Amino acid sequence: MVEPLLKVEGLQAWYGESHILHGVGFEIGRGELVTLLGRNGAGKTTTLKSVLGIVTKRSGSVRFDGGETVGRPSDEIARLGLAYCPEERGIFSSLNVEENLLLPPQVKPGGMSLAEIYQLFPNLQERRRSQGTKLSGGEQQMLAIGRILRTGANLLLLDEPTEGLAPVIVQRIGEIIRQLKARGLTILLVEQNFHFAVAVADRHYIMEDGRIVDTMTAANVRQNLGKLQAHLGV
Amino acid sequence: MLDADTIDLLNRIASQSTLGLINGAFYAILSMGLAVIFGMLNVINFTHGAQYMMGAFAAWLMLTELNIPFWAALVLSPLIVGLFGVVLEKLLLKRIYHLDHLYGFLLTFGLALVIEGLFQWRWGSSGAPYPSPISGGINLGYMYIPTYRGFVVVAALVICLATWYGIERTRLGGYLRAATENPTLVRAFGINVPRLITLTYGLGVALAALAGVLAAPIQQVSAVMGTNLVLTVFAVVVIGGMGSIMGSIVTGFGLGMLEGMTKVVYPPASNTVIFVVMAIVLLVKPAGLFGQTK
Repeated sequence: MVEPLLKVEGLQAWYGESHILHGVGFEIGRGELVTLLGRNGAGKTTTLKSVLGIVTKRSGSVRFDGGETVGRPSDEIARLGLAYCPEERGIFSSLNVEENLLLPPQVKPGGMSLAEIYQLFPNLQERRRSQGTKLSGGEQQMLAIGRILRTGANLLLLDEPTEGLAPVIVQRIGEIIRQLKARGLTILLVEQNFHFAVAVADRHYIMEDGRIVDTMTAANVRQNLGKLQAHLGV
Repeated sequence: MLDADTIDLLNRIASQSTLGLINGAFYAILSMGLAVIFGMLNVINFTHGAQYMMGAFAAWLMLTELNIPFWAALVLSPLIVGLFGVVLEKLLLKRIYHLDHLYGFLLTFGLALVIEGLFQWRWGSSGAPYPSPISGGINLGYMYIPTYRGFVVVAALVICLATWYGIERTRLGGYLRAATENPTLVRAFGINVPRLITLTYGLGVALAALAGVLAAPIQQVSAVMGTNLVLTVFAVVVIGGMGSIMGSIVTGFGLGMLEGMTKVVYPPASNTVIFVVMAIVLLVKPAGLFGQTK
């Protein structure tokens, strides 16, 4: 059996004294698009941050491409081929749009070129000399996604890319995520927007109180709608 | 036609501003180094004056002990003192980043006292002269200045603009600006931020040492040469705004000139005018003229 690209087992994490993750386990195969669903405070963002080593107080096992990453600093983990698009987008105000795009270093060959990224997000090209934080919310989200596509990372960690955006932009982001999947990228998506998640993902993991409580595939999500809605409280 | 008195006054203003520009050159380089360090490390480097002094001393020792000329010392001394900064950062400073500003102040201030004390103990405090590497003078029409002092002003401008360019316009500078804003995220992109911080401190310290080498032929090289200067430089940084590179350069040169002009109007105030300006700026614009509130 082929080892999955990312395999998380018994992951525990703490913010200072508060224990947030209580043994999270899941896996993602190459080229898969998997979501973490759950209510606010279920531990989805913390899971992403723990996978990448941004949350440093963690234990358990996070294997990427067969290698253990727990215990390594986040810059080393990123260089293995993981890229992160944070919920707050993390656009740098002291950098213009193009500098923001060029900031994350290439960690693997095969990333998109600047021209390809501009083709995907024409707005960014028009505003490439603008200060990063002067963009609209939707454009900032495009920038946050665009800049990690240059790096060549093969696992993208996207934290609520649709949050607070107009429906037409959410739709556009959905198209882009499908295109990225078609390019063979593996994506771990954290979402509150359940309809968006169902439309793009192969599989779903449901989180509650720092644990994975359920899992379902895109095929059986329709039958399990009631159960899912109970979990999410929608 | 201007009468003789007016021409004389204009001449005095012009010459004192020119002399002020020389002081301003040092304010600019030193406050820029402080700004670079503060932006990245969140530490106000009170060791800056001692590191400036070390730069001058390194040049003086190279000349007297090893016969290494000024122009070589101009490169070597900042390298050596900058390396000393790197060691300091790795051994001590990096342990206090997560603590309050006060700890950074106590540590760097204590270090300055120790370093200056050691130099005073070994070489005394009377100071030693450093021969000027450029002889001769330039006639500016309204005054005559030693060529070396003119060189210092030009060199300081070049150093300041090069540093500004490096930080504002290059890829490495982009890392630095981004890491100043959000070090966690920059690190999560795969950039070794702790190393970037060490190098930034080394760069800031090297700038202080470079100012020290430039100052050696103008001032006496002594253990306490940085002590008073650094106080004025902190006022410059407060006026310009913490963390702004261009702000430090402009305020550095500007306040040097203001000091010079004050000498024409009311000489006793020339030492305090910068602090008066600081008080006013703090009242009107607490973040400094070029600063942004965080």
